[in-house]
Amino acid sequence: MQAFWRDTVEFLPILMSGVALTIIVTIGSLLLSTVLGLIWALMRVSGIGVLSGLSAGLINVIRGIPIIVLLFYLYFVMPEFGVTMTALQAAILGLGIAYSAYQAENFRAGIEAIDKGQIEAAQAIGMSWAQTMRRVVLPQAVKIVLPPYGNVMIMMLKDSSQASTITVAELALQGKLIASSTFKNTSVFTLVALMYLTMSIPLILLVRHFEKRAARK
Amino acid sequence: MIELSDVHKSFGKVEVLKGITASVEKGEVVCIIGPSGSGKSTILRCINGLESYDRGDIRIDGARVDRNAASIVAIRTQVSMVFQRFNLFPHRTALENVIEGPIYVKKEPRAEALERGRALLARVGLAEKADVHPPQLSGGQQQRVAIARALAMQPKAILFDEPTSALDPELVGDVLGVMRKLADDGMTMVVVTHEMAFAKDVADRVLFIDGGVIVEQGPAKSVLNQPQHARTQDFLRRVLHPL
Repeated sequence: MQAFWRDTVEFLPILMSGVALTIIVTIGSLLLSTVLGLIWALMRVSGIGVLSGLSAGLINVIRGIPIIVLLFYLYFVMPEFGVTMTALQAAILGLGIAYSAYQAENFRAGIEAIDKGQIEAAQAIGMSWAQTMRRVVLPQAVKIVLPPYGNVMIMMLKDSSQASTITVAELALQGKLIASSTFKNTSVFTLVALMYLTMSIPLILLVRHFEKRAARK
Repeated sequence: MIELSDVHKSFGKVEVLKGITASVEKGEVVCIIGPSGSGKSTILRCINGLESYDRGDIRIDGARVDRNAASIVAIRTQVSMVFQRFNLFPHRTALENVIEGPIYVKKEPRAEALERGRALLARVGLAEKADVHPPQLSGGQQQRVAIARALAMQPKAILFDEPTSALDPELVGDVLGVMRKLADDGMTMVVVTHEMAFAKDVADRVLFIDGGVIVEQGPAKSVLNQPQHARTQDFLRRVLHPL
């Protein structure tokens, strides 16, 4: 146990630099997946055949490709087409795209859960489709969507570790580097696990809060 | 003002409107009665383009109703609708429900819309409920807010789709009272209803619809007191004397 504390003091600063990148990757890809997911979902419910077909196809393609392959593709293949980006950019883009499919399905479920009468009432006062979405449907869908959205946040936090495969020195990669140079596998990976857990706990509490709020309605 | 000529409408293979021809004059109150599934609500929903129709013509002051044309927005701001299940926006207060259309569709200045919104809530007897959210209101109060919301658009006509059918019996009177006042003020109204007493007292004309056609129409008192058609007689007997 004493050895563990000593290792903690020694490795924590290095691991913390990994935490910073983990947080950047998580937040960056969370924002991107939210925006893309909302676009896919709105295309899907637009009632315009081409758009909803395109969205459905896109979602299936994204869902069918492992995140790690998507990351490799962006980081190692895209440069061959003249598109180069940093590992961090590729990680955020890849995770953002991968998770946009799940976000889209979640958002769509929330939108479709809104009573049709709400849409008719909005139309009856002359609102356009965009106004109906912005003023009537989405504000109500948010409450339904938030609990699963919180779960996606937790999953993204953990899946940000996949960025390590394309050299982003986030928490998991920092841990692996320390472990392979010191052979203190137990201390290092216990520490890494605890740090992921520590970051997850606030999110888990947030989800519980969302769920309680949704249940009250 | 509202003119329907030979309107046909099918849902899949079921033809629900089989050639409806009718008109509503400015200031007139027309009640549409008939058994459920006869197409009453569909007529209203076609008038403001919530449903499309397959054949025939619907015109509001000469402008054709086409739910896929850009002109439908203008028509909807002129012909408001009150729904059976109120359909108030639950995430907005009573007052916000009322001013939503004027501010975001008609682009009125907020101060002006707010002032008129409060006046309209007072007119339906709910001045003190302006800042309450719909789920905290009774059904009757919600429906009166919905009427204020319809009025806020300053429409030429209001369509009522069974406005009291979802209400507890003791709350029906408040809503009908508000509607009667509107009629007295000269509002053009088309009301799908099962409230025969309201139809008799307030309506200028009654249309009896069955099986997608207008079976009988005429001045309210004559249709309701001396129905000519056997189907009308049968329907009224069952509605007025359910036992």
